[in-house]
Amino acid sequence: MTEWIIIFLSTVGALFIFLAAVGLVRMPDFYLRVSVTRKAVTLGVGLVLVSAATYFNDISVTSRVTAIILFLFLTAPVAAHVITRAAYFTGTKLWKKSIIDDLKGRYQDKTISLEEEEEGINSSPSEKKASKSKETPPEQDSSR
Amino acid sequence: MSLYEYLNYIIMPILSVSLLLIFIRLLIGPEIVDRVIALDLIITCGLGIIAVYSIITNQPTYLDIAMILALIAFLGTVAFSYFLIKKKKNSKDD
Repeated sequence: MTEWIIIFLSTVGALFIFLAAVGLVRMPDFYLRVSVTRKAVTLGVGLVLVSAATYFNDISVTSRVTAIILFLFLTAPVAAHVITRAAYFTGTKLWKKSIIDDLKGRYQDKTISLEEEEEGINSSPSEKKASKSKETPPEQDSSR
Repeated sequence: MSLYEYLNYIIMPILSVSLLLIFIRLLIGPEIVDRVIALDLIITCGLGIIAVYSIITNQPTYLDIAMILALIAFLGTVAFSYFLIKKKKNSKDD
């Protein structure tokens, strides 16, 4: 019975890893590659690790496997997000058949940051607006 | 067919072929970020291979190495992306 559970879990995990590898080779775009492979590889490796925990049937091994799976589930999305952000900022092109690009006008090439981030940290545009609004009323008053 | 034969003759070849496919992407990747993600996936596939190998050889000690490898993969990806952004910033300043 345990043998069949191990066989099932390891087969499904290995198939997920294999499909992720095929997707990494066949996908046309870097962003599609990351999006396809990350989730599949995390699920596949998690299933293979669960099969190892089922085979040993020991508390120390199970806790180790749980730690590895938790760590993978925490770090894999962070790593994918960080590397994709670096790819967008260094100018990796999208696939030519991709329809939508949400960051298209909002990426500022000089300061290497998005629009919202710069407003949040430096708040330079709002200061400029405030100084302009302070400058304009006295002129109006003097003209009047 | 026993469990060990199944793992040896079916699961390990599937994982090895997927490792080879990822290595092809590491070789031909058009940009450097493709190579970074392929390197990360090679380490993550190695995690699965280590888990299967620990079942075959009946040695649960190998799973410690799997934990450390997961840590190294994450740190490597973050460091690569940090230096990519830093390189872009330096080229903008010049």
